[in-house]
Amino acid sequence: MGLRRVAVVGAGMTKFVRRAQETGRELAWEAVSKALESCEMTLDQIDCVVMGTAPDAFDGVHMKSEWLADGAGAWGKPYMRGYVGGGTGVFAPAQGWYHVASGLFDTCLVVCEEKMSPTQPHPQAAFNSIFDNITERPLGPNLLWIFAIEMNAYMNRYGLKKEDIALVSVKNKRNAADHPASLLGDPNITVQDVLNSEVLAWPVQRLDVSPVTDGAVAIVLAADSVARRVTPKPIWIEGIGWCLDTAYWTNRDLSYPTYVEEAARRAYAMAGIKEPRKEIHIAEPYDPFDYKELHHLEGLMLFDKGKAPEATALGITQRNGDLPVCPSGGLLGVGNPIAAAGLMKIAELFWQLRGEAGKRQVPGNPRRGVAQAWGDLMQVGTVVVMGK
Amino acid sequence: MNRTVDIVGVGWSGFRAISPDVSYKEMTFEAATRAYADAGIDPRNDVQGFVTAAEDYHEGTSIFDEYTPDQLGAALRPMHTISGDGLHALAAAYMQIASGLMDVVVVEAHSKASNILTLNHITAFAEDPTFERPLAIHPLALAGLEMQMLLSAGRFTLEQCAQVVVKNKNNALANPAAAHGAAIGRKTVLESQVVASPLTRLMAAPHADGAIVMVLADSDTAKRLKGKPVRVRGIGWANDTPALDSRDWLHAQYARKSAEMAYRIAGIRHPRSEIDFAEVDDTFAYKELQHLEALQLAKPGEAGILTAQGATERDGELPVNPGGGCLGVGSLLDANGLARVLEVVLQLRGEAGARQLKNVKTGLAFTWRGVPTTSGAAVVLSN
Repeated sequence: MGLRRVAVVGAGMTKFVRRAQETGRELAWEAVSKALESCEMTLDQIDCVVMGTAPDAFDGVHMKSEWLADGAGAWGKPYMRGYVGGGTGVFAPAQGWYHVASGLFDTCLVVCEEKMSPTQPHPQAAFNSIFDNITERPLGPNLLWIFAIEMNAYMNRYGLKKEDIALVSVKNKRNAADHPASLLGDPNITVQDVLNSEVLAWPVQRLDVSPVTDGAVAIVLAADSVARRVTPKPIWIEGIGWCLDTAYWTNRDLSYPTYVEEAARRAYAMAGIKEPRKEIHIAEPYDPFDYKELHHLEGLMLFDKGKAPEATALGITQRNGDLPVCPSGGLLGVGNPIAAAGLMKIAELFWQLRGEAGKRQVPGNPRRGVAQAWGDLMQVGTVVVMGK
Repeated sequence: MNRTVDIVGVGWSGFRAISPDVSYKEMTFEAATRAYADAGIDPRNDVQGFVTAAEDYHEGTSIFDEYTPDQLGAALRPMHTISGDGLHALAAAYMQIASGLMDVVVVEAHSKASNILTLNHITAFAEDPTFERPLAIHPLALAGLEMQMLLSAGRFTLEQCAQVVVKNKNNALANPAAAHGAAIGRKTVLESQVVASPLTRLMAAPHADGAIVMVLADSDTAKRLKGKPVRVRGIGWANDTPALDSRDWLHAQYARKSAEMAYRIAGIRHPRSEIDFAEVDDTFAYKELQHLEALQLAKPGEAGILTAQGATERDGELPVNPGGGCLGVGSLLDANGLARVLEVVLQLRGEAGARQLKNVKTGLAFTWRGVPTTSGAAVVLSN
């Protein structure tokens, strides 16, 4: 199709924390300045800015992206906020891609910020307002409940036990112990710890879930000609895809994320990937809950339906396994500032593919990775394939 | 890459001051059905992507993008929301097509403003929570302050602002879709209730409900479709700072930069002579004047004079808001930009009925996201 080539040339992130002292604008700026510094660029060289941030209700600011504009480095620039709920963090780089690939811009700064801590006592209250205002909200639903329904559907379909799923949480929280920005890294956590943690909504227990987090991540995108001037190691965005399913989530087969598969098929086709299991070397699927990593690995067609738990038990998804999954530590370990968590996965692939992931570096000189996020009412999949 | 992009179908529902009988989904469905029929497409087979523009707090729903696909025929398709104006969403669709990623993309925006009981409180919630919100600034007071500053700087007179209202509400009478048309005089405008001195009630756009859907396609695909294509020649958008204390209150930099980008892409060097008519944000009457100058359609201090002379009337040398603008159509919140584009498209297609302009080939649409933002977007369209 002769698409313009677009690369990630810089990345930066704040620490992911439970309650940041900084405002959202300050968090965004910290990530932006680190990303610019990483590729020795200045704001003057940035042609446009893309913002990704999830519900305004978290920060408690209407038209949140307008308020964040200064922090995101958008003063005087074309600036646009894309929004697909929890899928936003991996959608934002896809949106940055089409800004540059359209030929309108040569460089694009992609910024994702989330500050969940202003919602007191807990952001679950803000999540109540995501439900249909006529058919669902009167029931007082809770996000954990609907994910418990989905987790149950997945476990029942394939006869999975809690132990099979808790392994994901253990792996990711252990991986995160090597991430300098992580909130919940723990090198010693065990499956028993997860199984013994407080039950929130069966089968979901506290350590099955990622934490409430504040944080921001930024990356710099550049067109082919600019990218090669900026860095000897550009990481190319090879494929993008996104897919939004119906709002009527109760009508969906919850045991398999078809919308993730649809998004992945588009991203793989664009990247020229025919056999994802052979051609993808690292995966950063969205893991706000431990079962979601398994769910998404299957949706990404990296494992057969119902087979991701077995692969996890065999160690295939460990950092030194055949297919390292969430070597960053994921949302379960690094933290889950919604949109920023998705972009963190893109930053992780950038560092891994450049061989700059430090103690988290996966062995074997990986050359291609996939990142994925998920959101809304168990409804949207966003996928980005990156390669060197 | 760098493919040319056309608007190949438009559809709308409304616009009305209140719409108790229909939901936003029903309005969107109606607008989409019309747009698809206009373009001669089937959304399930002929469309690669969908973009909607919406803000959570306007909808009363967090993560509103959940509820966007079904009424457009977009379920299980690439669809995303832009938390911005409909014109930003149009720009997103434009880029998806220009990049070569997609051939046909649908854009949607709507307003259900009548559902919002306390819109001014919600708008105030867009002010900075640390530095500005403690001052409890009413959103209209921000407009009043800006208007006073421009008056003091001698950019225009109160009479000229009133004339904008008279013109736009009168234009709206010829637009069957406009909710707030009226035949009134300047005196009525000036003597209406002062809401934030010097701003009077009739100088601020009232709200309306409605939905707008547009179908965009690359020019090759457009040739195969049955609709009358209108070329997107240039598009631009920009932000000044959101901070009240450090923005350029005088010059509407967001409008200047949006237009500069759109003109650059369209290859327009002399906007005043190359643009035949404009649909320009007039959320507040003075904004039409300020924006016309920032868009280089009038020299600094000239927009008010041109308005008083009748140059911006439908039969004037530079018709502005022939469809009635926000003042006459009603402010459609996040759909305002698409309402401006809709009028430009209808005029360029020669389908504007009683308000049809003669011999128009190129039109400009410009939108602003309202107080307290400094966010704007512009598009140049040609037939």
